[in-house]
Amino acid sequence: MSITVDSELCSGCGACVASCPYGGIEVIDDKACITEDCNLCGACVEACTMDAIIWTKEEVGIEKVDLSQYKGVWVIAEHYKGNIHKVAYQLLGKGRELADTLHVSLTLVILGDAFDDQLEELSMYGADEIIYVKSKILKNYYSDLYTKTLTELITENKPEIVLIGATATGRDFAPRVAKRLNAGLTADCTGLEIDSKTNNLFQTRPTFGGNIMATIRTPNSRPQMATVRPGTFKKPEAKKRKVNIRQIDYDYSEKDSVTKIVKVINREKSKVNLEDAEIIVAGGRGVGKKENFKIIEELAEAIGAEIGGSRVTVELNWIPQDQQVGQTGKTVTPKLYIACGISGAIQHLVGMENSDIIVAINKDPSAPIFNVAHYGIVGDLHKVIPALIENIKKVKSAED
Amino acid sequence: MKIFTCIKQVPGVSEVKIDPKTNTLVRKGIPSITNPMDNNATELALSIKEKHGGEVIALSMGPPQAEEVLRQALAMGADEAYLLTDRAFAGADTLATSHTLGLAIKKILKDSGDEKKYLVICGTQAIDGDTAQVGPELAEELGLPQITYVQKCELKGDKIITERVFRSEETVIIESKLPALISVLKEVNDPRFPTMTGIVNAHEEMEVKYLNANDLKAGKENIGLTGSKTEVFKIFIPEKKGKHVVLEGSVEEMVQQLCNNLKEDKLL
Repeated sequence: MSITVDSELCSGCGACVASCPYGGIEVIDDKACITEDCNLCGACVEACTMDAIIWTKEEVGIEKVDLSQYKGVWVIAEHYKGNIHKVAYQLLGKGRELADTLHVSLTLVILGDAFDDQLEELSMYGADEIIYVKSKILKNYYSDLYTKTLTELITENKPEIVLIGATATGRDFAPRVAKRLNAGLTADCTGLEIDSKTNNLFQTRPTFGGNIMATIRTPNSRPQMATVRPGTFKKPEAKKRKVNIRQIDYDYSEKDSVTKIVKVINREKSKVNLEDAEIIVAGGRGVGKKENFKIIEELAEAIGAEIGGSRVTVELNWIPQDQQVGQTGKTVTPKLYIACGISGAIQHLVGMENSDIIVAINKDPSAPIFNVAHYGIVGDLHKVIPALIENIKKVKSAED
Repeated sequence: MKIFTCIKQVPGVSEVKIDPKTNTLVRKGIPSITNPMDNNATELALSIKEKHGGEVIALSMGPPQAEEVLRQALAMGADEAYLLTDRAFAGADTLATSHTLGLAIKKILKDSGDEKKYLVICGTQAIDGDTAQVGPELAEELGLPQITYVQKCELKGDKIITERVFRSEETVIIESKLPALISVLKEVNDPRFPTMTGIVNAHEEMEVKYLNANDLKAGKENIGLTGSKTEVFKIFIPEKKGKHVVLEGSVEEMVQQLCNNLKEDKLL
């Protein structure tokens, strides 16, 4: 596997240098040179207008898998205190689209102990089939029991696509299952679609920590596994439909797990619930320092909003982790999102760009946040926000 | 007891900047650093060693310049450091990466007399990829119990007792026998700063050992791009959506206009 440059053809234009996310190619003496940072991603191959970059893939005895024996789209549900996590419904919506494109069936898989009464309700979101693995012990989450059960089910039933919520639970068992199956897994996808030429699943996600999107595919093996963060896709409308239910009883006991749950600690539910908030006011690096976050709080109070922040504000301990919006924080879809002093790196945008109305306040007119904003104010937030608060108060008091 | 800590060298910013004029990546002047959560992993390894004894072994897979993050681990107090570097490792997805790391751990254990009791500590995720997949996949490679998202951890006899975060309102105390793999969050500790002597020792006295594909007897079909099940089909900078209205005028005028708009949208 290698990437080489044909120096006869290379014009030294540097298009490849600009296209490389890794700094893996440089122009030296008017010719492109591959450096040690090259990660063989092939971005330069596409960027080169002279066809001077050659990407050789050696065929080493990889076992060829008969892809056609894999059929169907699966969604794995997780649950908490007897309720199915909402990301499962969102995945059923997307899963239905994918299954329709491929003309295959959609299956919801639940591992739990007391979902008998909920199956009817669960069958309204697009699944053709529900596989319900019932075992007393599966009331709680066990990494190894999930891995064992899911690996067995997937091996036996051969779905071509498996979708899992990118939660602290899903991100624990999905890689383990993928590894046991020797299957490809893409984390935190923000876009999923079927390639009409190959029927491969195109899995798009932000990468390189931020400003770039990568479309990933798993061309030579099955299943194609992907995790998706809660809030990325919309929950479909409930509709009555005929669903085939397969219940499988497992006789697991605590001894079957190598880890032991000693105690579950419940905390007071965080007062901030960004995922369900109608209005969110969020601050970024432009707020300047922790003390300045007070101004964000005041705006939030005036407009009746929850408070969020970008990644850097959490890293600097200006706000708690559970208020972070973005790829590593929450994905939110409020009616109104006011971004204050947030530049708008992709990793933040993917967490809020589906908000109905986005307002951006930033002093840098070239900040990418303005590209997704419906209303942008270029200015110093320390001047704009106080004026805004005053105006909101006026509007509100006029209403009273 | 051997305590392995897995370290990744990442760009020292949480996001790469885009040049708005050329719409290309700005890479100049971005230093490389140790992935922050991996420093927490090394710190935990060192604190377990200080209480219970053992050896801390730092591992990293990457290009030769990733040696620097291993020197930093040595400066913090790690006893040994191995850099897994080979052109054949390039382009690895998490599956191929976990395989390579697994081979190195197995080799190190074997060469030192097949120790049965050991612990592997990873950062939960890296700031450049954010996948959180290598930890669990490495646990599977080694056949170890895994506990991810660990925010508290202590060793008691042959057991590791952890507090694992599931959601902001729920954590779970989970224990496992050794050998085991845990992946840690930044809440688990505050990483120490290397001492002056530590830095000097790490750069002048200690050695970072290199392991290549041959040393690991790695099959080509399981490493690097060839061993990866996922491949990057394309990398792109998202197009501007262009639905933005930038308001104009004085602060007062802009704010007023915004409030009018929000009122029309029934948001005020």
